[in-house]
Amino acid sequence: MEYDHIVIRYGELTLKGRNRKLFTTQLANNVRQALRNFPAIKVDKKRDRMYIVLNGEDPDAIMEKCRKIFGIQNMSVALKVENDETAIKEQALKLITETENVRTFKISTKRSNKEFPIGSQEFNHVLGGYLLANTENITVDVHQPDLEITVDIRSEATYLTSKKVPGATGLPVGSSGKSLLLLSGGIDSPVAGYLTMKRGVQLEAIHFHSPPYTSERAKEKVLDLAEKLSFYGHSIKVHIVPFTALQQKIHREIPHGYSMTVMRRMMMRISEEVAKQEGILSIVTGESLGQVASQTMESMHAINAVTNYPVIRPLVTMDKDEIIRISEDIDMYDISIRPFEDCCTVFVPKQPKTKPKLEKVEQFEANITFDQDIQEILSSIETIEIQAKDKQEEEMEDLL
Amino acid sequence: MIYLDNSATTKPNPQVLDSFTKASIGYFGNASSIHGIGMDAERLLRKSREQAASLLEVNSNEIIFTSGGTEGNNLAIKGIALEHQNRGKHIITSAVEHPSVMETCQGLEALGFEVTYLDVNESGLVEIDNLKKEMREDTILVSVMHVNNEIGTVQPIKEIGEVVRNYPKAFFHVDHVQGYGKVPLNIQECHVDLCTISGHKIHGLKGTGVLCVKQNVKLFSLAHGGGQERRIRSGTENVAGIVSLVKAMRLAKEKQSGLHKKLTSLKLVLMERLQTLDRVVINTPKIDSAPHIVNFSVRGLKPEVVIHALEDFDIFISTKSACSSKSADESAVLIACGKDRDIAISGLRVSMSYETTEEEIDYFCQKLTEVIKKLSEVMG
Repeated sequence: MEYDHIVIRYGELTLKGRNRKLFTTQLANNVRQALRNFPAIKVDKKRDRMYIVLNGEDPDAIMEKCRKIFGIQNMSVALKVENDETAIKEQALKLITETENVRTFKISTKRSNKEFPIGSQEFNHVLGGYLLANTENITVDVHQPDLEITVDIRSEATYLTSKKVPGATGLPVGSSGKSLLLLSGGIDSPVAGYLTMKRGVQLEAIHFHSPPYTSERAKEKVLDLAEKLSFYGHSIKVHIVPFTALQQKIHREIPHGYSMTVMRRMMMRISEEVAKQEGILSIVTGESLGQVASQTMESMHAINAVTNYPVIRPLVTMDKDEIIRISEDIDMYDISIRPFEDCCTVFVPKQPKTKPKLEKVEQFEANITFDQDIQEILSSIETIEIQAKDKQEEEMEDLL
Repeated sequence: MIYLDNSATTKPNPQVLDSFTKASIGYFGNASSIHGIGMDAERLLRKSREQAASLLEVNSNEIIFTSGGTEGNNLAIKGIALEHQNRGKHIITSAVEHPSVMETCQGLEALGFEVTYLDVNESGLVEIDNLKKEMREDTILVSVMHVNNEIGTVQPIKEIGEVVRNYPKAFFHVDHVQGYGKVPLNIQECHVDLCTISGHKIHGLKGTGVLCVKQNVKLFSLAHGGGQERRIRSGTENVAGIVSLVKAMRLAKEKQSGLHKKLTSLKLVLMERLQTLDRVVINTPKIDSAPHIVNFSVRGLKPEVVIHALEDFDIFISTKSACSSKSADESAVLIACGKDRDIAISGLRVSMSYETTEEEIDYFCQKLTEVIKKLSEVMG
């Protein structure tokens, strides 16, 4: 059966008051962006739902793309028919006979257009009766039908839709501003990024790279993760920070038990500077309370002390297996577990302080000047914009 | 040239060859090397794996790249047998399998495994009731091919899968070498645990293949070493070969639906024409058979003689399986289908590809008619 539309239903957005338009406009832009490879389609945004006019494009492929767009509660393929009893009957019959493996069906009519002469309940009977009379071996099942046709009679037209496919829910990316994600390449940080995006936040990412202690593959892994994240929003800028010299200096100058804390504080300082330059107002991390030495209450306190930017920690109360489950669901897990060193694992002290004291950290840092190191780092950051695809990617796809 | 031996091997697709060359030059690194050149090769390998997985509708960690059908079948069967022998030592397969399955099973018998070779009916089909009767608590593997390489019979894989599923200790292996790209097989729905595919049967290159191994299935490795391919199949990855294979898989799948229609109609034409010829008996069943294979016997004529006579007209067909055509005269598959010996020793196989045309089939039938007539005169 050739459906000609996809209906997209908003979730939480409909609860918004006067700001609603901001959200729906952002969602429409995100949908257009995600579907840019389907040139024939048209996105038609209405107050309480959105239509994608297919113009012959493949609905399954489009739904697949839309499943990753935050702000969509659910969606259905639909067939647009004029508000006319005979026309609706004909199209519904076509729909039921041309859909494969239909033995049972159910009709649910919704009549928001009260000018239509037949009431919803009555129309269920009228249409159901017509379909029964004109098909063979097809019966009604109101509990678990093979095909549920919703007849949505609206002012401009009637839409025959079939079953609802769940969307990604959340808020449209970009409707809640921008955050800078500390992306290490492990399991946690991409999940934190994903959950933040789900609340409508657009991301940039920052990655601390320590060649030759960390390999190009570790960087590659981070870029691959950023690409996966980019599917949930627009392109993502990844700031690659050359961290080796500073890490070596910390390793040299700071008592080992505290080096990890100081390293994290440096990361936070540098991240705040990058955020400032990019006009970003908050920082996201994948910290989860109690996971490792740097994620105890005392550590987080000491590390956080260098910035008064909001630090968003979506995973802070989650268990590791919950995080892994999300990571698998969003298809990041296999990338995250590629076994390469990242900058947090290279200079790990044998016994990092799990309860560092802030005064002590400040005292150690006071003896050394790091300002110039940080300045040098900031001036040599490499920024890579991850579009969904790069050139080598395309070359590889040609080969396959 | 009229090439009708595509079940033995296919002519490589130029696009596939192009990918092989480009990947050999541009991504020559060892995918396990840690430097950048290795990394690029590894990335290409990863993409290939993802694409193969998506074509087969499985996860990418379920793809093991192999050197082809024989290795895939050996790895699947020996891998299961050796890994899980403490659960039981009983294996079930059919009487019409390819030598790479048949002889692997016989090899395992020598190591103390017990193998049941299921009989087939006159169409070459495994009968489900028969399978149910043979299943035991100590059965660890059922291995049945999807499409028979000699006569084209399509086995009831889904029904077999349903039976095996009721035995939690038993795994299900399908030799899908002749099926891929011609007869759809849904690995998930049919509850297949292991599935063999070969590159050179789908216009890819020889020495390439996939064994799909579902996540929960542990195999004993036949090649220990560098730990590549989930430690199941060590050895430096043949990146260019793998790329070419995955490309061939994609092209074959894209052509599948159109191809099926075309080949089916060619097959019917061919079968109708063959029916009218003297001495000819068609061995491929009309229903439950793949669209690209037609097997027939010319009673009283040695198949090699017919093949060579056709070769004079630049037409190439074969007897049974290329892998077994050097062994004894009669076809074990035809015998298993209950055919008389005179039919079983005179089997011939025509196997088509997407390049086969109606004119070619027409010309082939003409020449075959002449050849039979001429040879019959000589042989009386």
